[in-house]
Amino acid sequence: MSPGTTRVWSWLHKWSSLVSTVFLLVLCLTGLPLVFHHQIGAWLGTEVVAPALPADAPRATLDQVMAAARGRFPSKTGMYVSQEPDDDTIWYVTMGDTPRSTTDLKQVAVDARTGGALAEPKIDGGVMGVVHTIHVELFAGLWGKLFLGFMGLLMLVAIVSGIVLYAPFMRKLRFGEVRHERSTRVRWLDLHNLLGIATVTWALVVGATGMINTWADLVIEHWRNDQVAQLLSHYRGLPPLTQLGSLEKAFANARAREPQMKIAFIAFPGTAWGSAHHYGVFMRGRTRLTERLVQPVLVDAVTGEVSSSEDPPWYMTTLLLSQPLHFGDYGGVPMQWLWAMLDVITIVVLGSGLYLWLSKKGPVRKPAAAEAKAAVA
Amino acid sequence: MKASPFWSLWGWPLFIAVLSGAGLVGGLVGDGRWDWMTWVGLGVPCVASAWFGLRGRRARA
Repeated sequence: MSPGTTRVWSWLHKWSSLVSTVFLLVLCLTGLPLVFHHQIGAWLGTEVVAPALPADAPRATLDQVMAAARGRFPSKTGMYVSQEPDDDTIWYVTMGDTPRSTTDLKQVAVDARTGGALAEPKIDGGVMGVVHTIHVELFAGLWGKLFLGFMGLLMLVAIVSGIVLYAPFMRKLRFGEVRHERSTRVRWLDLHNLLGIATVTWALVVGATGMINTWADLVIEHWRNDQVAQLLSHYRGLPPLTQLGSLEKAFANARAREPQMKIAFIAFPGTAWGSAHHYGVFMRGRTRLTERLVQPVLVDAVTGEVSSSEDPPWYMTTLLLSQPLHFGDYGGVPMQWLWAMLDVITIVVLGSGLYLWLSKKGPVRKPAAAEAKAAVA
Repeated sequence: MKASPFWSLWGWPLFIAVLSGAGLVGGLVGDGRWDWMTWVGLGVPCVASAWFGLRGRRARA
């Protein structure tokens, strides 16, 4: 690589990192507890557990479930009904003042067997809620998300330029060589290069999928205006619904249409995930992969008849696959710990990068620069 | 076989990168054996970081 090219990549690496480092550190620090949010929820006692009943105990209808939820919040309207992939004993009903509300949402956990309300889990409440909101949007709504997405893009630039710069810095060194006998700066330079290159695949994937996840709201909106609008074009211009039909009937018909799948969640008419006249019944497959790729079954919210069940378009599939690849929640507890370790290593890479830049500025500038040159040569 | 400059520079990084990638994909595909692929694949960058990063630290102190 010519010195000129190296200078360009160094410039890219320096500035993409400098602009984003503080925010990436915030993301890494808040992401760490989020990796364990299930365990922390159980530990804080915020995770709901249904009482033990025989597996073949009769099931409450979804209309009973909704009635129980409305009993807790009579002034609110239904937005979503969902189930965890590994627990079919609880329905989580999310309610809001309107189907498109984003604040003041309430959730009721309802026993799927007895139809009785179990608890009111806090949505984005408590410490973990704050941590989550910082991680996702810095308390700045959609613009916060898009800003963090841009920081993710800068992270990708920093990683790619870092890979390019790895060559001139490491040409004279064996892999993993850390020159402890040299100055602190050289030692941290070697560590920065080692940890950066060792975790590069993970960092690229988590950075890229994190960036994609920041576009979730926009992608879902596009899907609603694109595929959903096309499939349901004959509903266009109909007056808004005043009375909804049976949710149980809609759910039963959706299950009959996709008998090999199980339920992920149901979106009420007028929510971000549905049309104005349909229940969006999102079914998931039973394998690791298809569990994530929800299939939208759109059911007429008055008649309960299925209007369409189409595979989601590529951009929805990309979004849905970006979630597990960012969260690291698809390989059990060992994967959570690996995710946490890789997150901590990334913090060291970020911190050492910042240190390498700062240590260049101080009074030790000359020898440090000379050493860096020696390292490049 | 004598290592070329390319492989002596990029051999280990590529090896770790490919294993990490396999680990990231493995867990999405299935349970059981695939889980092990994930744990081993993602374990490699962690172990490499710890081993090379902590090795020889005493020499300085």
